[in-house]
Amino acid sequence: MAVDGGSRLDHGTPAIALERVTKRFRTPGGSVYTAVRDLTLTVARGEFCAIVGPTGSGKSTTLSLISGLEAPSSGRVSVLGEPVAGVTRRAGYMFQTDAIFPWKNVLDNVATGPLYRGVRREEARRRARAWIARVGLAGFEDRYPYQLSGGMRKRVALAQSLINEPEILLMDEPFSALDVQTRTLMENELLDLWSQTSASVVFVTHDLEEAISLADRVVVFTAAPATLKRTYRIDLPRPRNVAEIRFDPRFTRLYEQVWGDLRAEVMIAYERTSRGTVA
Amino acid sequence: MAQRALAAPDVLAAEERAAQAREARQHRTEHLLQGALFVAIVGGWEASARTGLADPFFFGQPSAIVATIWRWATRGTPQGPLWQHIAVTLEETVLAFAIGVAVGVVAGFALGRNRTLAAVFGPYVRMGNAIPRVILGSIFVIWLGLGMASKVALGVTLTFFIVFFNAFQGVREVDPNLVNNARVLGASPRQLSFDVMLPSALGWITSSLHTSFGFALVGAVVGEFLGATQGLGYLVAAAQGAFNANGVFAAMVILSAVALLADTLVTRLEQRLAPWRPAQRKGF
Ligand SMILES: Nc1ncnc2c1ncn2[C@@H]1O[C@H](COP(=O)(O)OP(=O)(O)OP(=O)(O)O)[C@@H](O)[C@H]1O
Ligand SMILES: [Mg+2]
Repeated sequence: MAVDGGSRLDHGTPAIALERVTKRFRTPGGSVYTAVRDLTLTVARGEFCAIVGPTGSGKSTTLSLISGLEAPSSGRVSVLGEPVAGVTRRAGYMFQTDAIFPWKNVLDNVATGPLYRGVRREEARRRARAWIARVGLAGFEDRYPYQLSGGMRKRVALAQSLINEPEILLMDEPFSALDVQTRTLMENELLDLWSQTSASVVFVTHDLEEAISLADRVVVFTAAPATLKRTYRIDLPRPRNVAEIRFDPRFTRLYEQVWGDLRAEVMIAYERTSRGTVA
Repeated sequence: MAQRALAAPDVLAAEERAAQAREARQHRTEHLLQGALFVAIVGGWEASARTGLADPFFFGQPSAIVATIWRWATRGTPQGPLWQHIAVTLEETVLAFAIGVAVGVVAGFALGRNRTLAAVFGPYVRMGNAIPRVILGSIFVIWLGLGMASKVALGVTLTFFIVFFNAFQGVREVDPNLVNNARVLGASPRQLSFDVMLPSALGWITSSLHTSFGFALVGAVVGEFLGATQGLGYLVAAAQGAFNANGVFAAMVILSAVALLADTLVTRLEQRLAPWRPAQRKGF
């Protein structure tokens, strides 16, 4: 799938390639549940790809397949041309729920990645300080997570992922728990940080506005089991200001198109759960 | 942006000061009531002993208990200097606690981390925990003699299981999100064990320290009671043998004081181990 336009997009081996990937889980009851079915998806190098889909459709599962935390039941997953076997070292992952370490202060939380990868403590701390400043948390180095606000914890998680300089960044609804102002602020900061790297981003969200204003491409997942319903190129110019781009007439047009697709899937998912049947 | 919040002046408004004063008054009242309750119970006891309502020969008498403690402290017990007995009991307790905690943490952690170990040893550990420990105490006295070893062994069998089950559960209950995050950040299995699982289980382990210290003390005292030549449990046994109710109570009061003191020290230790937890409200 050729994605042209953005000058930073690379047409060589894709950053992420999922080929006819299926993921089945064994449920506690002993039956088998298919969370992802026959999913084929590629993300180009440097691309910002947003995934939207109804709840329970398998978005988080897709991210854990890319990261290598879960292995596919069938199909192939490769990252930067290499098949994924075990946790890849080239990805950063911001989880859907808080996953920073409560027993480490901000500095040590951010320094964790380099330390695990064999960097000396002094050097790891030096890098961590720089990243803490970049995400706007300078002065909070010795606070513990319980002493931070929700938005600050997200910044810590962001710095913790980015300090490893990942070539792909997986983000699972990273800002969904934040208030609208903080969220807009963080979205702009994310775009700013991302533009300074060559990383590809896969960004899962429920918020279609967020998806369109951030991404180069929006992928709509079907209700469970997840397959790709349709992808949309978002050819809004960069650099973007998330707070203003929503008033662009092209934004509104895109929003209506994607929403038409997404609504249909959300209705299917909703009817299933309200009838209490699980596929 | 972020720094300004830090530098903001912290001045309490008048209402806040008033609220603080109210809080302080509330505290004073609570302490007063606490004291009143103590006076009522001990006073009632003393009064019924003096009026003959409760025979002091069987039930003891607070003033006589205090006198006994004073006599023991200044002139020694019939079985030797008081401080020696306290020191022996404390030494047994601390030894049992240290060994029990160390072995319990290591075993619990190993079994929590390794499925095969858990499957093989799990049932035996549960069986071991089902043995009535007081009877084990008698066996230890036969095996290890009247000295310190038998008391320490009894204390260890009591503390080990508490710490073991907590460490095991702690490892099992580690937030899988944290483990996944660490793996993505590049943790090796070893780093996963010591940088994620252990700190995460530390909450469970430290919360077992209070209980296990209490049990170490129980192990020491019960062991001394069953057969010893020294220690607070031995004092109780000796006073019981002489039908000296005041002596039994006196030993009990000293034991409680020692336990309370030790408990405070364990609380300190706990705070040292987990500074990242929000300070807990005092009280129950
Ligand atoms: N480890 C697992 N074992 C069994 N079932 C699982 C497991 N992980 C996920 N599932 C199931 O797979 C389905 C998809 O889950 P997933 O977390 O990927 O959804 P999602 O699209 O991220 O939803 P949301 O938007 O609510 O976060 C769900 O129905 C879930 O119950
Ligand atoms: Mg999810």
